[in-house]
Amino acid sequence: MRAPLTCAVGEAVATRDLVVRYDDFTALVGATMTVQFGEALGIVGPNGSGKSTLLKTLAGLLLPSAGELCVLGAQPRQLPPGSIAYVPQIEAVDWTFPATVWDVVAMGRFSRLAFWQRFATRDRDVVLRALEAVNMESLAGRHIAHLSGGQQQRVFVARAIAQEPRLLLLDEPTTGVDAATEETLRELVRSLVAGGMPVIMTTHDLDRVGEWFDRLLVLDRRVLAIGTPAEVVDSGAYAGIREHTHTHGHLRTDHEAHEAHAVHPEVRR
Amino acid sequence: MSFDALVQPFHYAFMQRAFIAALAVGLICSAMGTYVVLRKLSFIGDGIAHASFAGIVIAYLRGANFYIGAAVVAVVTAVGIGFVSRRGRISLDTTIGVLFTGMFALGVFLMSRQRNYAVDLQSFLFGDILAVQPQDLWLILALSIAVAVAIVAMFRGLLYTSFDPVVAQASGIAAPRYEYALLVMVALTIVVALQAVGIVLVAALLVTPAAAAYQLTSRFSPMMLLAALFGAASAVGGLYLSYYVRASSGATIVLVATGLFFAAVAVKYVVRARALSAPQS
Repeated sequence: MRAPLTCAVGEAVATRDLVVRYDDFTALVGATMTVQFGEALGIVGPNGSGKSTLLKTLAGLLLPSAGELCVLGAQPRQLPPGSIAYVPQIEAVDWTFPATVWDVVAMGRFSRLAFWQRFATRDRDVVLRALEAVNMESLAGRHIAHLSGGQQQRVFVARAIAQEPRLLLLDEPTTGVDAATEETLRELVRSLVAGGMPVIMTTHDLDRVGEWFDRLLVLDRRVLAIGTPAEVVDSGAYAGIREHTHTHGHLRTDHEAHEAHAVHPEVRR
Repeated sequence: MSFDALVQPFHYAFMQRAFIAALAVGLICSAMGTYVVLRKLSFIGDGIAHASFAGIVIAYLRGANFYIGAAVVAVVTAVGIGFVSRRGRISLDTTIGVLFTGMFALGVFLMSRQRNYAVDLQSFLFGDILAVQPQDLWLILALSIAVAVAIVAMFRGLLYTSFDPVVAQASGIAAPRYEYALLVMVALTIVVALQAVGIVLVAALLVTPAAAAYQLTSRFSPMMLLAALFGAASAVGGLYLSYYVRASSGATIVLVATGLFFAAVAVKYVVRARALSAPQS
């Protein structure tokens, strides 16, 4: 019998033979991977390849059916509140909700505050800095319904930053956003990684992976390849994915496949 | 109308109790209604109210206080709806549809087997706030305060999980617990409002003032405060009006709330039209 999986020194995330099922459908088959502190890992793969499932499992939103994982030295649900920040695709919420940009980013602080604790000056400073990090401070008072897709994505990322997490998970943050937003997000990710933050991000944008990520994971329900972008490109697995995504014309989003697999978007207990 | 005529309703002890009950019901229903509207739970509110009829009848048959019977059945139904929708393969509206009609039928069934019952069925269906007894008033106030304390204590968690339950959960906030807590709070709120507006109309008091507030503000806390204000105005104003027009208090309360809703829609329309026609600076 193998020893239980633990995170090695410097490892933020480790998984071994991870299997995740939605009812009768197996979304992830035996995924094994590691992510270091101060490293950005990109996950690429065709629609329905399990990219979002992997992120949600690492976030503790889904429980693995088999295999093991270690996130920040523990199981995701046993971590102190605020440890993991998960940035979903912007379609995940109702943007007509009565809230301003500031209100949504301030939610990032909620997991850090007990009910009797006031929203203090430091919390306000953290929210303001998070807004500045995504160039949204001038729109703090705007209602969220009146934002472009790129601005909504930046609000989500700012909320994650305001949480002051130890692990950042991003689900296709570059899908459907303008070039300026993409560059803002790329610079932000690189600066967080330079500060030691582990970042795991799914993407459909196969052209700039070398500028975003230190390592790349090619997923198609199982891990086809993992390594530096150059290594993965040389391995041939990446070419297969590239071919697949181009052939099937699914470069934009895997939202449909995600919907088909997720019987219930929230966690089942 | 003279001043004496205006304050006449307050001369009677039963009217004083009714006004205090109406104020509590209006405030708490509408504050909770903010979550009901934003989480699209209005069908749940209607369902829990109808299901509680079985509890009222069982309490009556056993000689117990009907609030206790209604509260037990409402809370059990609310938790059951939450559990089945979370665990089961049945959609939420189907679950509610099955549970609430089943429980309501159980109430009617039990009632119909009584050969000579002396309970006024209509007062449960459409409410009779003038019949609030002193002990009923204490129960209404105690439940209202309990729900209000829960709203304050869980404010941030309920807000976050109402907007984005998945991300809230990933951040370490126990979203399922908040969901169950909210359902229990909705159930207790409905029980508080049963005697005021009745089973059939209680969903209106949950939804209409909050929906009116939603027309006029784009932030959560002002929406909740405005909803509570509209709810209190509807309940107290409706009761007052019903005294003079000699109509059903529950129906008058809901009609005042409906009037406020359409007024809010009109205000929103006028403000938007003015904003569009204003010269661009």
